[in-house]
Amino acid sequence: MTGGFGFALSCPLPDRQNEVIELAHGGGGLLMHGLIDRIFRPAFAISSADLTHDGAVLEIAGARLAFTTDSYVVRPLFFPGGDIGSLAIYGTVNDLAMCGAQPLFLSLGLILEEGLPISQLRQVIASMHTAAETAGVRLATGDTKVVEHGKGDGLYINTAGIGFVRSAVPPAPQHVRPGDAVLLSGDIGRHGIAVLAAREGLGFEGEIESDAAPLAATVMELIEAGIDLHCLRDPTRGGLATTLVEIAKSASLDMYIDESSIVVSEPVRGACEILGLDPLYVASEGRFIAFVPLHEAEAALSIVRGAPRGVDAAIIGRVEASRGRGVVLEGMIGGTRVLDMLSGEQLPRIC
Amino acid sequence: MKYIDEFRDAASVRRYADAIARITTRSWTMMEICGGQTHSIVRHGIDQLLPQGVNLLHGPGCPVCVTPTESIDAAIAIANTPGVIFCSFGDMLRVPGHRGSLLAAKARGADVRIVYSPLDALKIAQGTRDREVVFFAIGFETTAPATAMTVAQAARDGIENFSLLISHVLVPPAIEALLSAPDNQVQGFLAAGHVCTIMGYWEYEPIAQRFRVPIVVTGFEPLDLMQGIYLCIRQLEENRVEVENQYRRSVRRDGNRIAQQVMRRVFAVQSQRWRGIGEIAASGLGLSAEYARYDARTRFGPAEVHSEQPSECMAGLILRGLRKPTDCPAFATRCTPERPVGATMVSSEGACAAYYRYRRHDGTGAGVGLDMGRDASP
Repeated sequence: MTGGFGFALSCPLPDRQNEVIELAHGGGGLLMHGLIDRIFRPAFAISSADLTHDGAVLEIAGARLAFTTDSYVVRPLFFPGGDIGSLAIYGTVNDLAMCGAQPLFLSLGLILEEGLPISQLRQVIASMHTAAETAGVRLATGDTKVVEHGKGDGLYINTAGIGFVRSAVPPAPQHVRPGDAVLLSGDIGRHGIAVLAAREGLGFEGEIESDAAPLAATVMELIEAGIDLHCLRDPTRGGLATTLVEIAKSASLDMYIDESSIVVSEPVRGACEILGLDPLYVASEGRFIAFVPLHEAEAALSIVRGAPRGVDAAIIGRVEASRGRGVVLEGMIGGTRVLDMLSGEQLPRIC
Repeated sequence: MKYIDEFRDAASVRRYADAIARITTRSWTMMEICGGQTHSIVRHGIDQLLPQGVNLLHGPGCPVCVTPTESIDAAIAIANTPGVIFCSFGDMLRVPGHRGSLLAAKARGADVRIVYSPLDALKIAQGTRDREVVFFAIGFETTAPATAMTVAQAARDGIENFSLLISHVLVPPAIEALLSAPDNQVQGFLAAGHVCTIMGYWEYEPIAQRFRVPIVVTGFEPLDLMQGIYLCIRQLEENRVEVENQYRRSVRRDGNRIAQQVMRRVFAVQSQRWRGIGEIAASGLGLSAEYARYDARTRFGPAEVHSEQPSECMAGLILRGLRKPTDCPAFATRCTPERPVGATMVSSEGACAAYYRYRRHDGTGAGVGLDMGRDASP
């Protein structure tokens, strides 16, 4: 080595400039929770838990209704296994289902970009119609706006939904108890990989289709069978890991998850391996996690397995009293690791 | 998944853990060079499977972590130039320079695009001839051949609206630098399997002999790492000094000669600054005279130079294996992946990011003994 080799034992501290919104603020991870805690919650004086849950349960004239809203900005508009239209139906009805509610009505807000081919709009609306029929909901009201060319990605959709709460106690993180079993309704990561592959033009051998699908029918079956659903959540943005961490935090409990019981299909595993993504952080749009009492776990599992797309359902772990560890993943080879929320967007690694 | 699952087989890993425990008679300190190996070790809990006293230090082999801040500042300056499309691997976007990151520049309107290969950047240049396309070429000997091939292709096809901001680094000079330091603690190395796939391992033989340190070329899966650690400890215990090749399914002694040829043609070895470590002679790659016109630094002029501000970040000590991430007072408090103080917290291959992600609540983060039990499993 030459004499020029001098160790500088520090990294320079970056300047904190005025913050601006980054894409990762919408990623469902830590940055978005920061927005909720620092901006939304103080402004509306509501508890953080109410804002991070999938929907609100409201009592109106003796009836318990679930109410939720979601916006859809997916690119590309069409991807294997779905499109922005079917996603806008399933995403919102699933948020209602996660409140233990039978979805009833949806509103539809369309923001169209000047230049969008009418044929594409027609295709999206037809897909929404089919999806709404599949999910058993009716479109009750709607609105359309057009923005100038270059000010939108072709088409954005907002849907809001109302559902009738069917479970005696609406499922919520605060009802999760130590000893609860964690049930996952199927394999994970198909939606995220399908959209990423379509967007980036990654031609994987054997096309990966989005798992977008309505979940209410299965949830209603569980409720009818008398399963005490302590909490339900669909692992969309941020994936399974972020969702589990959110619930563990809201419930102030620890969870132990067995990695080997989580099903990830071969094509999704392969794609994640190549892209350097962790499937635990990749979105699903037709799966849910249920927290149920241990003695009801087997009964719940057999119902979910018997439902459409439920073959890969599994009990993936259990809840324990908090020792401050959060969500611990027990790896396939015996080591353990702590799961955390997705931090920023999951960026591809380089080598 | 074929060729992956076999190397993550729990029973085989356990057999190696037992074998390592059997042959280990004293404390040993080894360093894995590559950030990909660090990530795999921490993610799979490999270090938890080793006997007490066997210590793994995490080396400087994270390309994002060692890219100097001057290069990031230059990248941001170029990305902010009107008409430029700036292409980069995704990991680099969040790394803080002196004034923000590429991601922040993108949020403010710079055209920064994530690519998976330098050839994608060249394709963008081909498709948009009226704009200057710049690729941020970083990484070790693993990514350098793709950069070299892209430059050669640009020259062949006469694509002149394309240039590169190069910050490629080389592993062997870094190993020599670490071993030359008076406070070196490393007794054996796990060399990076993918770097050696390209370069072979003949370069490591004189280093092993000169510094009397065993080097085992090692892969990235749990079983690769356990076998690499086993081979390294066996050499140390038997007082042998060799370069051994654990990653035989990918690495030959001579490496990939075609890749080396194109690298020799396009690049010239030069002195290089490593973030958190300093200047190391002959440890970087720049463009050779024949391809110098593709250098973005000359095309866009030198960036404004900032003096390095000292901070509490101890990335330098971590990259040299003298400290663990959890030793840093800023770790997981003032320094997190969202608001990184140093680059080791940014990249998925950085040691601090790996510890943050997998070990934050464990207290120590290292060596909890031979805990093979799964009594806590559901």
